[in-house]
Amino acid sequence: MDYQDIELLRFTTAGSVDDGKSTLIGRLLYDSKSIFQDQLDAVEESSKSKGFDYVDLSLLTDGLKSEREQGITIDVAYRYFATPKRKFIIADTPGHIQYTRNMVTGASTANLAIILIDARKGMLEQTHRHAFIASLLRIPHAIVCVNKMDLVDYSEEIYNNIVSDFKAFSSKLGINDIQFIPISALNGDNVVNRSEKMDWYGGSTLMYHLETVHISSDHNLVDCRFPIQSVIRPHTLENQDYRGFAGRIDGGVFKPGDKVKSLPSGFVSTIKTIELNGEQISEAFAPMSVTMTLEDEIDNSRGDMIVRENNVPEIGQDLEVLVTWMSTTPIHARTKVVIKHTTNESIGMVKELKYKIDINTLHRIENIDKVEMNEIARLSIRTAKPMFYDAYKKNRQTGSVIIIDEQTNETIGAGMII
Amino acid sequence: MSNYVINHLKELESEAIFVIREIAAQFENPVLLFSGGKDSILLTHLAKKAFFPAKIPFPLIHIDTGHNFPETIAFRDALVEKLGVKLIVGSVQEAIDNGRAKEETGADASRNSLQIVSLLDTLEAYKVDAAMGGARRDEEKARAKERFFSHRDEFGQWDPKNQRPELWNLFNGRKNYGEHFRVFPISNWTEMDVWEYIKLENIDLPSLYFSHQRDCVVRDGVILANSEFIKLKENEEVVNMTIRYRTCGDMPITGAVESEADNLDKIIEEIATTRTTERGGRADDKRAETAMEDRKKQGYF
Repeated sequence: MDYQDIELLRFTTAGSVDDGKSTLIGRLLYDSKSIFQDQLDAVEESSKSKGFDYVDLSLLTDGLKSEREQGITIDVAYRYFATPKRKFIIADTPGHIQYTRNMVTGASTANLAIILIDARKGMLEQTHRHAFIASLLRIPHAIVCVNKMDLVDYSEEIYNNIVSDFKAFSSKLGINDIQFIPISALNGDNVVNRSEKMDWYGGSTLMYHLETVHISSDHNLVDCRFPIQSVIRPHTLENQDYRGFAGRIDGGVFKPGDKVKSLPSGFVSTIKTIELNGEQISEAFAPMSVTMTLEDEIDNSRGDMIVRENNVPEIGQDLEVLVTWMSTTPIHARTKVVIKHTTNESIGMVKELKYKIDINTLHRIENIDKVEMNEIARLSIRTAKPMFYDAYKKNRQTGSVIIIDEQTNETIGAGMII
Repeated sequence: MSNYVINHLKELESEAIFVIREIAAQFENPVLLFSGGKDSILLTHLAKKAFFPAKIPFPLIHIDTGHNFPETIAFRDALVEKLGVKLIVGSVQEAIDNGRAKEETGADASRNSLQIVSLLDTLEAYKVDAAMGGARRDEEKARAKERFFSHRDEFGQWDPKNQRPELWNLFNGRKNYGEHFRVFPISNWTEMDVWEYIKLENIDLPSLYFSHQRDCVVRDGVILANSEFIKLKENEEVVNMTIRYRTCGDMPITGAVESEADNLDKIIEEIATTRTTERGGRADDKRAETAMEDRKKQGYF
């Protein structure tokens, strides 16, 4: 087994307390043998003491649950497992309306979203919400798991109805790749192993999808974007003139010899080397961290961006953003904030609140005077200096901002540039 | 046309280097907390890569409990010398001597929780505004919810109820006077990732991690090294065993595993088939169900 050459898939699961999300995660961890004996012993012990007939896999995420019961924290928890084909990071988020901000947080870095539907209940308001957030955050792939099939006698008809209901709703959303799978997380049907009870289902298992979904084109490979994190100047005798630009590629493919332009200065130069730790890199693309040197001495610094001469991002001080509000303090027009975008930062002013989106019906609510926590709204923001950005739908990194409270320094909003 | 994909280790490396560079850029006085364990050795290696050909632009801080394995200290000193990086040592013995910390008593006495005092004192003395460490989310359930950039109030406390949301790769390190951050660049690595990367990059480790012979005491199912820091209980006897360590804490609390794995390939094979968690041998986590969470709130790593 060549363990070292596998890809990393980040996915998010959204669900409420009863739709079997914890059981599904437990099942994935258990059937992929990612659970250690000491963890399993604890779960078996706990199931027994609660008088259950079977091992309750949802107890594997119990750390979270007991905290929830005590009301300590409701938050994104990250879990990890690997198969010989891929390594997985799960951003596990609670799915109630008041946790929209957590779902958005988990979704912001995900390649894929698992949306759980209880087969007995069909599409609920929260299913709309989960699907909408997945589309809003531009998660490239979604898998809709119709769970608890064991409780509806593995009925093909019920499954098909839910699938067509979902498709009717999601056609408005623009998620490109949606798969549907009938499962029972409790019994393990179609999770890792194929179900023997649903012959009518010809598709593959959830695990097979997770292991094979094509993610190499999830990053933008066309529009070259390299935000500079810092300038490396060793100040040593052997490297007196070394001047390297450190950063992570956010889009496109860079090669030594490429003509590039530096923003905001507009100076044009040629890439001399792309390297990391002294090793030369012939092609650099997202999400690689590299150090770049240029043929000409250009006075770049943190927050500047290196792009291709003939493919520059938008440059301007007026941003139109869809914002998820994350603070208990509502936002009003004329509020002064700090905008963080790539490695750049600027003071900004919220000029106008345009409308809110009802995340259950997708309707616009106009004429608003404030946006409260967990609401999604379109804002116009004016920054104090020009920013270099793309539309979020073009690039998730150069198209996103966070909004920071100037007084408390808290992160109060997450914005996607339109 | 080539396939523009990087493998999972390169992606994790890239993410960690991005975070380390953010720390250097966003803070005035960052430090790397160096325990001498494999995770902090890995972190130091990543920091070197992040700034090459410049040297690591921040010092390492080691909180010396006085109960360290001698191998750890020797390894630390050699590494610091090789990298040309500054080392700051915070001493728990000193904190005990000047009355800032009180030694635990009894057979299970440990200096683990006393580290908090020395750590916070040292961070304050050097006006540290960001302390990065090698903690990973897969280690323990309180850590599964830790942010990359974890905000600490002016008393060094972690408030799990009030963490900043972290979206995309936008890390908010802004803070008020007196507050600081703990930052965890290898949050998303698992134990297996760490070992595979160590092999891939050929990173040197202290000999403790490889199979060796040692005089041990088995206490509550945990194999502890016999040392001057451990008081034998009645009915306990010293046995010579073939062991290695999966984590490296203080001598009196770090459990070993019986193992013949004397090279990286064998260790990776052993981990792939092992059925207990890495911290399963840590006596400090066994004190209570929420032992880690409680210590973290107070300022532990």
